[in-house]
Amino acid sequence: MPEKTLLNSSDIERALVRVSHEILERNKGATDIVFVGIKTRGVPIAQRLAAIIRTMEQVDIPVGSLDITLYRDDVSSLSFKHVVQQTYVPFDITSKHLILVDDVFYTGRSIRAALDALIDLGRPETIQLAVLIDRGHRELPIRADFVGKNIPTARNEEIKVYLSEVDAVDKVTVMRTEGGKNELK
Amino acid sequence: MSLSEPRPGTATRETLPNPSIDFWKHRHVLDLDDFSREETDLVFEIAEGMVEILDRDVKKVPTLRGKTIATMFFEPSTRTRASFELAAKYLGADTINLEAARSSVAKGESLIDSLRTLQALEVNAIIMRHPCSGAPYIAARNLDTSIINAGDGCHAHPSQGLLDIFTMRQQLGNLKGRKAVIVGDILHSRVARSNIWGTRHYGMKLVLCAPPTLMPHGLPDMLEKYSLNHVTLEHDLNTAIKNADIVMPLRLQKERQQSGLISSLREYTQGYQVNAARLAGAKPDVLVMHPGPMNEGAEISPEVAYGTRSLIEQQVTNGLAVRMALLYLIAGGKSR
Repeated sequence: MPEKTLLNSSDIERALVRVSHEILERNKGATDIVFVGIKTRGVPIAQRLAAIIRTMEQVDIPVGSLDITLYRDDVSSLSFKHVVQQTYVPFDITSKHLILVDDVFYTGRSIRAALDALIDLGRPETIQLAVLIDRGHRELPIRADFVGKNIPTARNEEIKVYLSEVDAVDKVTVMRTEGGKNELK
Repeated sequence: MSLSEPRPGTATRETLPNPSIDFWKHRHVLDLDDFSREETDLVFEIAEGMVEILDRDVKKVPTLRGKTIATMFFEPSTRTRASFELAAKYLGADTINLEAARSSVAKGESLIDSLRTLQALEVNAIIMRHPCSGAPYIAARNLDTSIINAGDGCHAHPSQGLLDIFTMRQQLGNLKGRKAVIVGDILHSRVARSNIWGTRHYGMKLVLCAPPTLMPHGLPDMLEKYSLNHVTLEHDLNTAIKNADIVMPLRLQKERQQSGLISSLREYTQGYQVNAARLAGAKPDVLVMHPGPMNEGAEISPEVAYGTRSLIEQQVTNGLAVRMALLYLIAGGKSR
């Protein structure tokens, strides 16, 4: 199956605007909110959410980036190691409402690793999860608080998120793959 | 510390999806002569990520949880052993430390048998220091467990070479065209040898400076044989130091005088001590490194060792990050 586009640039934009509204509604404003994006594509999504909220509420929300390589539960069974990248959270997350941001929500294992990583950085008042795409197939009891778009998928399909900051284009695509589960980005 | 945010709009390595490492082939770290530029860069990239962990309140990640790292030191050491042990602990591994003097080696057990015992105890990597050059190679040939060389005789000290270059790059950025001078007992220095190999990828000049008695005879042949054209040899420190970006004195072991290699400490100091007066001949922003331990007043003067141009403490911190990166690459990921 060729790569099929599910969301284009304006679809992504509309989803993120709605998610921003939901975040503000749930938290009764932007006070004490911080964003932390999971590398790689969670970071630009977090920056876009922060930018949308800035135009709505005139507040600057801090955005950090989180590398979860060292916290993965498959670190000892991966056939390939992953390059450890830098975590950059230059603000105190303790007592904040922390919105964890990722591009595709799948098995939940990345989020579990991210939660462990965050706990090592401080003690947020709450941690809420915002994702651009929820494609189902959870393997852990973890749910998202804010979802840009639910896309039911088969396990042998691959969802790819392209963002202009990283990939020079904005789109979300689906493609059937030969293998089975493939969460590793 | 260089913390950089992902730059929007640029698909650099940093913003690419967590890349898989499929080119890393090392099961052991014995010396830097078999490290490619790509592999050396990878160690530095991962070490950058480790630097951030060292800055946290909770310096512990679960990456090597359930793995065991052994250190086996047949020679005294404080910083290298402590550094490797802490690196393993910060990554969540368990550690055991064996010193030759307190182990069965004192009862006459052979090197290989001692190491086989550790292997039978299912350790995932052995960090080894030995006074005989080549000892870790014998270990690597006879064992399945990963061996990391923490210094063998006068031969190699790869983690020190890596942390030295990591520190230079952190301070100077691109090393192309830069000049580093290593001065002192080159003859007995495994640090100098590992730096010769490690720096060959970075387009920099490396000057080795020593009195003729402390310069290895075979060195020019070796440099020619392996086309290590970035290295030059020099006996006069004032000449060597001209336009230097980095000066790294090596520890002068006091025994060298008894063995007749230097006539007196005073004479050595006059000719080869790195002090403020001598540094005046280098670049104005010259930086000073030292692999430690120092003999203050011998190869380095205290005002230089503790001055503003000194990177010596930075080297120790970076050593921890670089060793964490090595342990991640050797003991992390799929076991054999």
